[in-house]
Amino acid sequence: MTVDPLTPVLTKRWLSPRSWRLSTYEQLEGYTALRKALAGTPEQLVNVVKDAGLRGRGGAGFPAGVKWSFMPPNEDKPHYLVINADEGEPGTCKDIPLMMADPHSLIEGCVIAAYAMRSHHCFIYVRGEALHCLRRLTMAVREAKEAGYVGKDILGSGYDLEITVHAGAGAYICGEETALLDSLEGLRGQPRLKPPFPAAAGLYAAPTTVNNVETIASVPFIVNAGSDWFRQMGRDKSPGPKIYSISGHVEQPGQYEAPMGTTLRELLELCGGMKDGIPLKFWTPGGSSTPMFTTEHLDVPLDFEGAVEAGSILGTTAVMVFNETVSVPWAVMKWTQFYEHESCGKCTPCREGTYWLAQILERMVAGNGTASDIDTLLDVCDNIFGRSFCALGDGAVSPIQSGIKYFKDEFLALCKDNAARNERRELAGAH
Amino acid sequence: MTIAPEQKSEQAPVPEGHVRLTIDGEEVIAPKGELIIRAAERIGVEVPRFCDHPLLDPAAACRQCLVEVEMNGRPMPKPQPSCAVTVAEGMVVKTQRTSAVADKAQQGVMELLLINHPLDCPICDKGGECPLQNQALAHGRADSRFVDTKRTFAKPVPISAQVLLDRERCVLCQRCTRFADEIAGDPFIDLLERGAHQQIGVGPADPTALLAQGETPSQTTGFTVNGSAHDIAVGDKQPFASYFSGNVIQICPVGALTSAAYRFRSRPFDLVSKPSVCEHCASGCAQRTDFRRGKVQRRLAGEDAAVNEEWTCDKGRFAFTYATADDRFTRPMVRDEKTGELKESSWTEALRIAADGLLAARKGKGAAVLPGGRLTVEDAYAYAKFARIALRTNDIDFRARPHSAEELDFLSSTVLGATPENGGVSYADLETAPAVLSVAFEPEEESPIVFLRLRKAARKNGTRFFQIASHTTPAVTKTFGTLLACEPGAETAAVDGLVAHAPDVAQALGKPGAVVLVGERAAVIPGLFAALHRLITATGAKLAWIPRRAGERGALEAGAVPNLLPGGRPVTDASARADIERSWGLAPGSLPESLGLDTNGIIAAAAAGQLGALVVGGVDPDDLPDPELADLALSTVDFVVSLELRPSEVTKRAHVVLPVAPAQERSGSYLNWEGRRREFDVVIERAGALPDCRVLDTLAVEMDVDLFTQTAQAAAGDLARLGPVAAPIPVPALVLDATPAPTPGPGQVKLATWRQLLDNGSLQINEPHLAATARLATARLAEQTAAALGITFGRPVTVSTRHGSVTLPVLPADLPPGVVWLPENSGPSSVRRTLRATHGSVVDIAANEGEA
Repeated sequence: MTVDPLTPVLTKRWLSPRSWRLSTYEQLEGYTALRKALAGTPEQLVNVVKDAGLRGRGGAGFPAGVKWSFMPPNEDKPHYLVINADEGEPGTCKDIPLMMADPHSLIEGCVIAAYAMRSHHCFIYVRGEALHCLRRLTMAVREAKEAGYVGKDILGSGYDLEITVHAGAGAYICGEETALLDSLEGLRGQPRLKPPFPAAAGLYAAPTTVNNVETIASVPFIVNAGSDWFRQMGRDKSPGPKIYSISGHVEQPGQYEAPMGTTLRELLELCGGMKDGIPLKFWTPGGSSTPMFTTEHLDVPLDFEGAVEAGSILGTTAVMVFNETVSVPWAVMKWTQFYEHESCGKCTPCREGTYWLAQILERMVAGNGTASDIDTLLDVCDNIFGRSFCALGDGAVSPIQSGIKYFKDEFLALCKDNAARNERRELAGAH
Repeated sequence: MTIAPEQKSEQAPVPEGHVRLTIDGEEVIAPKGELIIRAAERIGVEVPRFCDHPLLDPAAACRQCLVEVEMNGRPMPKPQPSCAVTVAEGMVVKTQRTSAVADKAQQGVMELLLINHPLDCPICDKGGECPLQNQALAHGRADSRFVDTKRTFAKPVPISAQVLLDRERCVLCQRCTRFADEIAGDPFIDLLERGAHQQIGVGPADPTALLAQGETPSQTTGFTVNGSAHDIAVGDKQPFASYFSGNVIQICPVGALTSAAYRFRSRPFDLVSKPSVCEHCASGCAQRTDFRRGKVQRRLAGEDAAVNEEWTCDKGRFAFTYATADDRFTRPMVRDEKTGELKESSWTEALRIAADGLLAARKGKGAAVLPGGRLTVEDAYAYAKFARIALRTNDIDFRARPHSAEELDFLSSTVLGATPENGGVSYADLETAPAVLSVAFEPEEESPIVFLRLRKAARKNGTRFFQIASHTTPAVTKTFGTLLACEPGAETAAVDGLVAHAPDVAQALGKPGAVVLVGERAAVIPGLFAALHRLITATGAKLAWIPRRAGERGALEAGAVPNLLPGGRPVTDASARADIERSWGLAPGSLPESLGLDTNGIIAAAAAGQLGALVVGGVDPDDLPDPELADLALSTVDFVVSLELRPSEVTKRAHVVLPVAPAQERSGSYLNWEGRRREFDVVIERAGALPDCRVLDTLAVEMDVDLFTQTAQAAAGDLARLGPVAAPIPVPALVLDATPAPTPGPGQVKLATWRQLLDNGSLQINEPHLAATARLATARLAEQTAAALGITFGRPVTVSTRHGSVTLPVLPADLPPGVVWLPENSGPSSVRRTLRATHGSVVDIAANEGEA
C-alpha cells in the first residue's frame, strides 16, 4: 500500500463539523486504537512505538519509544505522564490548533502512552494564555471520562487513569521539561539539574515521562495502522507525518501537515507562495531558536537530519518566512528581546548575556552601533552557547549567530552611519 | 606526574568504591560520587566558583566553574560545570589551566557576571575578602566591553532586622536561598522575578501562616493588640525569619548580603582574626572573632566538620556586645559600711575584705558556692577547688536553674565522662542515627547546631525524628519529625508507654545507632530520668544530655557539684578523697566528707539564715527555681562575694564585687554537650580583665590557701594531674517523686514552657538587630481549650499564679487540652520571676479584654 504523501493523518478530522466533540471523534475511528492498545501489554506498545521510529515533536527529536522504555518496570513509586502543551517557541502554532480541533486524539494518545508506561496519572500542562484551548481540552477530558475512556477501569480493562489539565502561567522556560515539572509542582519554573532525569526522579521525584502534544497525538494512529505504515511517511531516520506551522510573508499562513523531510519549496507551494510575490529573504525551519535559513536552503529536507546537515535544527517545524522587506538586524533584535524577557534568570550566561545582547542590538538598530559591536555580539554568543544551564541560552544566540553569518553586511551597514562616532570611543572600556 | 604506557600495569590499584581519573594531566584517585571541583581541589587545582558550596546541594547555576571533560576518549560537546558533575573511571578533566576552552568559558562568565555588578568595591563590606573580587582578578578580563546601561535597584533592602540586601551586587548564585531552604529549613527568602530582573527577596507578609509557625511577623515593632491576628503584621513584607540568617551573610560570595551590625564598620584587611569558641550554648561552635583596635567587630562561624560544620546561629554570631556594655565592671567594689553603697576599691582591699568575710563564715555557719553554668572547665575547676579547700565545703552546684536530685544522679551516672572518643553520642552519631527521640528538649531553641544536624540527618539520611513535647514546634516540622504529644509533666509516662503504645517508635529506637536526647527541662519532671534508663535498656538506644549553657558539662567534670570532686570522684568515697588530697598536697582528711547541698539546698539554707557566706559567679537569681527565695537568701546571708561582669540582682546585695573577664578576654575550654573539649585562646588582651580562676586563686591566697589556678593553663594542668575522669558511678536506684501531679481546677491549665533562643537573656543586650529577630512572645493554646475558656486567638490572655501574672497575645497550637505554653523568658513573659512557676505547674488563665 502506498500513501499519498499529502494524505492528512494528524489533521484529518480538523475540518469535520464540531471536530472537537467526542461524538465526531468516535465516528471517525476515535478510541479504536485505545481498545486495541488495552488488549496488548505495555511492552508491546513500547515496541510498536519504537519500531515506528516516532521521534519527539517538541524539537529535540528524541525517539519516543526509547524514552518510554526508560521508565522503570516496577511501580514502587507512582509513574507520571506529563504532556508538554506549553507551546511557546516563537512561530510555533501546531499543538494549540491540534488541541482545539482534535483534543480527543491527544487524550486517546495519553491513555495509550500512560498505559504503556504504567502511569495512572497524566498531566497536560497547557500554556496559560491559551484560555480557549484550555476550556476545550478540559471539556474533552470530561467527555472522555464520562464515556469511560478515562478514569477508573477504562473500557473494562481494569486500567485506571486520571488526566489533569493544568494551566501554566505564561513563561517560555516552562516549556523546558524540568522547568515544566517544577512549575507543575507549584515551584518557581526553572530548569532542574540533571541527572536525575525525569524517568528516574521527575514529577514529585517519581518516574516521569514528558512528551510533546503532537508526539502523543501520533500514537493512536501508529497503534491502529502499525509501525510499517508509519514508516512509509517521511524519511528513514525521521518517519511519520508532521504539522508544519507556516507563518509570515506567505499567501496562506497556517498549519500544513506533510511528511517529515518536506522542503520549504514544497511547503511554499502548499501555502500559495510568497505573499504578493515579494521574494523570500530568510526563514526559520523550526522557530526562532533554530538558526535561520536563506534562499539557499529552499530544498533542504525538513527533518531532523536534513536541518542539522544544513546548519540548523528542525525544532518545532515553525516555519517563519520573511520577505525582502524585513531587516535582519531588526528581526534579530526583536527575537533577542524575546529571549531577554523570557530568560528565567537561573544561570549567568543566559540571564546576563541576553540582557547585554539585547542592548547592543537595540543600539545598533538605533544607528549607534560600531563594527566592533558585531565582534562583541559574536563573542558574547560564543560565551553563552553551550555554557548556559539549559537550551534556552543556545536558542537565544541562534538568530544572532546565523543572522550575522548570512547577513553581516546588513549589520555593518547599520554601523556605517555611526562610523564617525566610532573614531572617538574614549569611553570604551569604562566600567 | 606523567605515566608512560608501559607503567600502566604497575599503577596503584584503585581502592574499592573509588575511580581513577586525570585532571590537568595529573592522575587522581577519587571516591565515587565526588564532584570534579572537589577532586581538583585535592590536587591543588582551584576552579573558580560562586554557587558551589560543599555543604549545599549542587546548583550549577553560576556557570563559573566550567571545565572540559572527556569520557571514554570522547570530549563532551559542551564544557561541564565541575561543581555538579561527579568523577568517573577514565574521565579526563581539563580545567582553565590546561584548556583554552575552559579558560575562555570562565572568562566569559566572569565578564557577564560583572556587566551588571556595580563594581563599588571601595565602599563594599566584602571588598578585600570577596570571592567575586578575587576571582575576577584571577580569571577575568582586565576591562569590560560592556558600554551599555547597568541594571539598577533600590538598595540596601532589609530582608530582616540584621540582614541587608544589595541586589545590584548580587550574582544570583542562590547560596542564600539554598541555605535557607536546605540547611535551616526557613525558606522566607527566595528568588523573585526572572531574567535580568531576577532578584533575591522576601515574600509578601502572611501573618496568619507566620504566626502559626512561631515566627516574628515584624522586625521593627512588637505585638500591638488591636483586633484579630491579622493586625499583628506590620509592613507588607515578610522578613527573613531564621535563627540562622547570619550564615547567609557569611556564605554570600559577593557583598550582596551584609550585616546590619557590621556594615561599614571595618575593612577586612584592618581586622585581626582569632579562632574562638562560642560561649552561649552547649553546641560548642568553632568561631572566628574579628577585632579592630581592641574592639570585636564581628564573629563568624568557624569550620569544624565534626561540630558546627560551617554554620553558627545568630545568637552566637551577633550576641557579643554584652562584653563592651557601658556598665561593665572594671574595678572591684566593696560595700561601704556607713552608706551601704558599693564603692570602687583596690584589688588588695576588695580581696582582703572578701577573704576576711569568707574566713569568718568558714569558722561560723559555713559558706557555699554558686558558680553558674557559663564557666570554662578551668574556671569551674577553680570554683570546685576553692569550695573544697578555701571554704572547706561541698556546698557547690553549677545548676543555676530548676534541678533535682534525680538529675544529679543521672549526671553522675550517665553523663559524666562521656566523650565522642569513648562511645558517647556525637554529632556524627546524630547524623547517621536511624532514629532520634528528643524528650524535654527543644533542639532549635536550646542547641541550634544540634537542630541543624538533626535536620541534615533527616534530609540526607532519612533519620526519623520523634519529639515528646506539648506541641508541634518548628523544629519538629523542619526535621520532618513526629510529635508524640504529651502534657507537661507527663513525659515520664509517655516514655514508659512508648514500648506498649508506640511500638513503631520503640522499634525505630531499637535499631543500632538510635539516640535519645534529653535536655535541662527533664530536671523538673519527676521520674523522667529513670524512665529514660528503662527505655534505653529496653531498646539499646544511646542517651545524651544536652544542657542549654556552654559551661554545664564542663562544670560537672570539674567537680562544681555537691556530690563529686573534680574528675568525677564521689565526695563520700574516702579513697577518692585521699587521691585528691595527695594530688592537691593537702593533709589527709582535710577534704569535707559529707555530701554538699545542691543549689536549692544552698538557697534554702541561706534564706533560713543557716549560711554565713555565698560566693556567686555570674548567676542571675531570675534563672533560679524561685527568684524571690533567692533574693531572700542573698539578703539574709551574712556575706556575699560576687564575681561578675555587669550589675545583676546579686550585685545589689553583694558585699564584695570582683570583676571578671568576658569570654573574649579569657582563655580556657568548654566541654560541649558531646563532652568534646573546645579550647580557645584570649581574643582581646585587656589589662585588668581577669578570669574567675585567677580571681579565685588570688582570693584563696588571701585566705592562706594555694589553688594553683593563676591562669587557665595552670588550672587545666592541675586538673589534668588528677588523672582521667573516674569511671562513672553506677546508676543509682532512682527514686520516683511520690508527689502526685497537680490537677488543674476550673479556669486553670497546666503550664508548658521553655526558653527561646533569643530572649531576655543578659548576654544578648545592646544588639537591637538581633533582638528584633527574636520570635514574638506569644502564649499558645489548643482551640478547644481557648473556646472552653472564652479566649479569642490574637487577643491578650493573662496567665497568673498567686505570685503574679503575665499578659501575652495568644495563638493556636496543637497542644493537649488544658495546657498553655509560654516562653520562659521572652518579652513580658518571665515565668520564673513573675509566676514563680515552671514546666508542669498549674496556672490560672483568663482572657484579658482590659488591654484590648
